[in-house]
Amino acid sequence: MSERPEVVYTVATQNLEVVEKPLAAWAKLYESGAVRKTVVLIALAAAWELYARWLANPLLVPTFSATVRALFDATASGALPQATIYSVGMLLKGYGAGLAIAALLTALASATRIGADLLETLTAMFNPLPAIALLPLALIWFGLGAGSVIFVLIHSVLWSVALNTFAGFRSVSPTWKMVGQNYGLSRAGYIARILIPGAFPSILTGLKVGWAFAWRTLIAAELVFGVSSGSGGLGWFIFERKNQLLIADVFAGLLTVILFGLAVETLIFNTIENRTVRRWGMQS
Amino acid sequence: MAQAAAAPLLSVEGVTLRYRTKDHLVTATYRVSFNLFPSDRFVVLGPSGCGKSTLLKAIGGYIQPTEGRILLDGAAIAGPGPDRVFVFQEFDQLLPWKTVRENIVFALRAGRKMPREQAQERAMHHIAKVNLTEFASSYPHTLSGGMKQRVAIARAMAMEPQILLMDEPFAALDALTRSKMQEELLQLWEEAKFAILFVTHSIPEAIRVGNRILLMSAHPGQVRAEVNSRGVDDPDASGKLLSARIHELLFGGGAQEGFAHV
Repeated sequence: MSERPEVVYTVATQNLEVVEKPLAAWAKLYESGAVRKTVVLIALAAAWELYARWLANPLLVPTFSATVRALFDATASGALPQATIYSVGMLLKGYGAGLAIAALLTALASATRIGADLLETLTAMFNPLPAIALLPLALIWFGLGAGSVIFVLIHSVLWSVALNTFAGFRSVSPTWKMVGQNYGLSRAGYIARILIPGAFPSILTGLKVGWAFAWRTLIAAELVFGVSSGSGGLGWFIFERKNQLLIADVFAGLLTVILFGLAVETLIFNTIENRTVRRWGMQS
Repeated sequence: MAQAAAAPLLSVEGVTLRYRTKDHLVTATYRVSFNLFPSDRFVVLGPSGCGKSTLLKAIGGYIQPTEGRILLDGAAIAGPGPDRVFVFQEFDQLLPWKTVRENIVFALRAGRKMPREQAQERAMHHIAKVNLTEFASSYPHTLSGGMKQRVAIARAMAMEPQILLMDEPFAALDALTRSKMQEELLQLWEEAKFAILFVTHSIPEAIRVGNRILLMSAHPGQVRAEVNSRGVDDPDASGKLLSARIHELLFGGGAQEGFAHV
């Protein structure tokens, strides 16, 4: 048997078939998450409209178009924007205070072992406790006003943020930690420039979960006792309109709660996510 | 080389390293001594479990020796610092939240307190040296394993440490890339003649990269021998190949064939 001959080919560099081809217009549209989600939303609104028309009982389920009209009217009259602004202001105060306390607890937990035990124990105790359950107690301590709402908001934000941040710090790659030490960074520089970016996926998760808890706690708390010093938030708006049997307005209030939640999720958190963890390849 | 006359850059004197696991006290190295001179490409070679990576971490300042001392330029090592820059085996040693250029600039600004302009300039210079200019603005996760290691080497060289500590930097690369990286490292060394301490478990890599090879035995890690290499697997006076001599020293006589060609 003779040895097989060696073969050398030349590689074509010109006149190749398709290497990269732009997608068709509809394929591009389908690739966009926003477009796909809009289609889903339109389908849901259509189903709602059809069901409400078929039911024909505006006291139980008003139609989508009636809800949109009510939303428009309440916005034009200024009642809904005022309630939203009040709620958002309250939310920011509670969320901010919760984050500050979470940062303090996490710093303590990262610095000392007893601090870590404290954080873990407190979180295990209070995280499963619904914020609303604390409302009666808050009423006794802080009275019928902003104080008690902020108290329950802090409770709903604090534990998820502190727990996620601390877990994130602990899961930062040991290699990055060694790299940071290798540069001779100061303690503060090490935390700010290695630990926090390294733990950012977890921190962001904590912020998102904390925000969602805070928003729903706030609306629920306002439903229970909305009026304080003459103005109420979105929860109170919903409760009040229900008492007046303005069900389309109730739906409009709920829709506002949902829309605001969606807006924060997509405009704020998704933007942060796209510019940080996605871009860095830490999350796909 | 006339090294005996010069003072050693790094001297490791009778260093014993122990660490505690959940239920054991492990002795990683036992009374290890050697000297590394300026411009050395000093390779620490041994089977896994000989404590070579632990030894490198002690030189990096991450662990304190339980016995003996480690002197850099005559002064004992107190902790991690930018005068001994690490290149790790792991591909995740680049900070993912910074681009290639930012990674190097950050190292220069944090480690060497360099003004921004100068740091940018030097970063680009070293990125060009490892042929990654067009990837300067890319994030690390978009690079291949070999490219990440090249960035890590560029970063380490830009910091101009007294010693470059390399912990099996090419071990996770494919064979072709690894061979190319060894070549590039030697070229970079030819230009700057910096001191390298290179840890590996591969005999061919040790022979290719090193000019001086420290052989370590395992459990616990002890020095078996120090041999010279000229970069190729030459036979010595008695006609025995360097790789065969190393293999014999590490694993005892007999089995000449079949050692790991990794």
